[in-house]
Amino acid sequence: MKTLKRLIAGGALLLPAVRAEAEEGGAVPDITEAWHHLWKELLLDITIIGVIFAAVTLYLLIRYRRRKEGEEGKGTALTPLASLGWVLIPAFIFLADDVFLAAKNFELWNKMREVPEGSYEVRVEAYMWGWDITYPGGATATNELRVPEGTPVKVALSSRDVLHSFFIPDFKVKWDTVPGMETYIWFYPRTVGEHVMTCAEFCGTLHSSMHGKVIVMPEAEFKKWIEENTPQKKA
Amino acid sequence: MSSTMVTGSVDTHQASGSGFSLKEWVFTTDHKRVAVLYMIGAFAAFLVAGIMAILMRTELASLGPTVTDNPAAYNTWLYFHGAAMILGYQIPALTGFFANYYVPLMIGAKDVAFPRVNALSVWLFWMGLVVALLTFVIPDPPDIMWTGYPPYSILTGGNTAFYTFTVLLMGFSSIAAGVNFLTTIIYMRAPGMAWSKLNIFIWCTLAAFIIQIIFVPILGVAVTMLSLDKYLGTHFFNAAAGGSALIYENLFWFYSHPAVYVIFLPAVGLIYEIVATFARNRIFNHMKMVYYGIFGVLALTGLVWAHHLYIAGIPNWMVLIHVFTTLVISIPVGLLMIGLLGTLYKGSIQYSTPMLYAAGFLFLFLIGGLTGIPNAMSAIYMHLTDTYWMPGHFHYVMAVSMTTAILGGTYYVLPKMTGRMYSETLGKLGFFLFFIGVNITFMFTLLMGVKGLPRRYYDYQQFPELEWMQQWATIGSYIILLGALVVLVSWLHCAFFGMRVGPNPWGSRSLEWTHAPSPPPPGNFGGEVRVPEDWSPYGYGK
Repeated sequence: MKTLKRLIAGGALLLPAVRAEAEEGGAVPDITEAWHHLWKELLLDITIIGVIFAAVTLYLLIRYRRRKEGEEGKGTALTPLASLGWVLIPAFIFLADDVFLAAKNFELWNKMREVPEGSYEVRVEAYMWGWDITYPGGATATNELRVPEGTPVKVALSSRDVLHSFFIPDFKVKWDTVPGMETYIWFYPRTVGEHVMTCAEFCGTLHSSMHGKVIVMPEAEFKKWIEENTPQKKA
Repeated sequence: MSSTMVTGSVDTHQASGSGFSLKEWVFTTDHKRVAVLYMIGAFAAFLVAGIMAILMRTELASLGPTVTDNPAAYNTWLYFHGAAMILGYQIPALTGFFANYYVPLMIGAKDVAFPRVNALSVWLFWMGLVVALLTFVIPDPPDIMWTGYPPYSILTGGNTAFYTFTVLLMGFSSIAAGVNFLTTIIYMRAPGMAWSKLNIFIWCTLAAFIIQIIFVPILGVAVTMLSLDKYLGTHFFNAAAGGSALIYENLFWFYSHPAVYVIFLPAVGLIYEIVATFARNRIFNHMKMVYYGIFGVLALTGLVWAHHLYIAGIPNWMVLIHVFTTLVISIPVGLLMIGLLGTLYKGSIQYSTPMLYAAGFLFLFLIGGLTGIPNAMSAIYMHLTDTYWMPGHFHYVMAVSMTTAILGGTYYVLPKMTGRMYSETLGKLGFFLFFIGVNITFMFTLLMGVKGLPRRYYDYQQFPELEWMQQWATIGSYIILLGALVVLVSWLHCAFFGMRVGPNPWGSRSLEWTHAPSPPPPGNFGGEVRVPEDWSPYGYGK
């Protein structure tokens, strides 16, 4: 019964975590920040379960060690009601946690998959082994993705040859590039800085060398860079 | 309930008392010898794939080239490590070695239903092993990871056909074994051996083989299509011709996720046997564990594969369904864990080496299971997938936990196989080295994953700050290697110099210990076994 009591206590601890997210009111959600938030909640959740199970396990392993030779276990058969209870009650607790986690997950997942209006769109084509980047005006770059500060960025992803995966660890976003398909991610660079972007799906010999930089620039500088690098239309 | 004792027309092979004969071993149809052949093959694969792991961990210990300056060599080691550990070590150790050794003995049968088919299974397994080992001989070894994703596996100069044939040989071996063992369990139980009296390990093996029979053909189809695309010019996975790599990814994981449970179920079954024997206690909630734990896993096993593909480009509705089913499969798995803890409750636990491994399993599997929950959640998974978090998680949950079951299970069965007792000192030393080593290596692996280091990287110039964690992980791997060597020495020591022991040194109530001598002769039991009405393999404390 101890296990059961502890499981119930663990479940009660989680209740304060169940609360609605603050309404964003049309503002761009910071999915990276939201990822960290959910990650912390999740770590708390699995740590509580882990500590309860580990403590019970350790207690049982020590408490019921053999003390004298020839000793037998004293476990008895459960009554039909208890035996069903020991299935249904833990199952219900696990299920409650599962539903809670699934709900939390979809709240963030939907934000991650819904590109905010007014996002700046760039195209990235993966190849063995690098990233070709094309900006709306026609400017191009390789392995250096420059983006303006404070604007959500949609990255339209495609592949020239095999499976790759476009990954920016600092922004917690990643998506596979699939030959013959267009996929996407979006992220929200809020401050100026440089971040690693790298391939996360095995793509052959130089897979680990397939990396570049995401360079978040002040908006004015970014505009200047785009203008300088956009090919001039012939008159 | 009536059970039929089928003696069968095929003679079980008569072992001659006159020393070692290679021919007798190669052509054996005795399930215990087939088990030994599986055991040797599986641990050979474990050893070679383990050496690959040590090479890789050494390579990763410093930035830039360490062991080799050729990333392709590293990719080949990694391919072999994954393919051999899963297809050559874990599945054959559990559904080959242990299933063969235990199933007929535990159900009171003289052998399996089809001894010659059994020999075919182990032969196919060995052929698969040889094809896999040719990786190190041929000039163009496969470099496609154990997943073999197209289009890379089609475009590469590496020899994808060796991958296809390794999988097909192992696959046919598994299907034949599946038919054999399901028939054996259904029709060859000793008189009086009712379904409700079967060992948990038997139920787990039954469920594992049901999974194999249903899902292995799908993997076979996937890898065959791969080689057809590469060598015969079909376009199943060629986007330019209207095919899609996603077809392969779905087919592959539609088998390969259930394969996790093919490994998990017999492993947890072994842990149950060990815990019951060494706690000298009845199994907690025995039949409910079978119905809701084992069958619960079986019911959900084919419905969770897409959690490998959340960001692969599958439709969103598939993600929604699989997030939920994946979270829900924690319920039957959690029940099986509660069953183990309940079996400890009011027990009388003796800490021999097998029990130490079982205790280790409880903690390692706990970490493995809980680090899987973030992976079920697509939004969290988006960052974690294809980083070191994944190998960290599945090494805890599969590689390491299941290896505690395999090693503990081997220590448990050694006195039966050899009639000799291993050295507890060596056994315990091996366990502690293993337990400490795996925790160092895979804790750091998990941490590097959270930091965003992608897996399957030969080098990590873009993450120089993680070098110190890589070094700790490498140190851990050397401790694991040391532990593995101690284990090997202790087994050889047992086989040749171990103290002679009686048929039931553990005081178990299960048939293989109470009714068969150690080692059991061909035919296993002196005569026909009859199981009394009030008998249970876990009838302790009476």
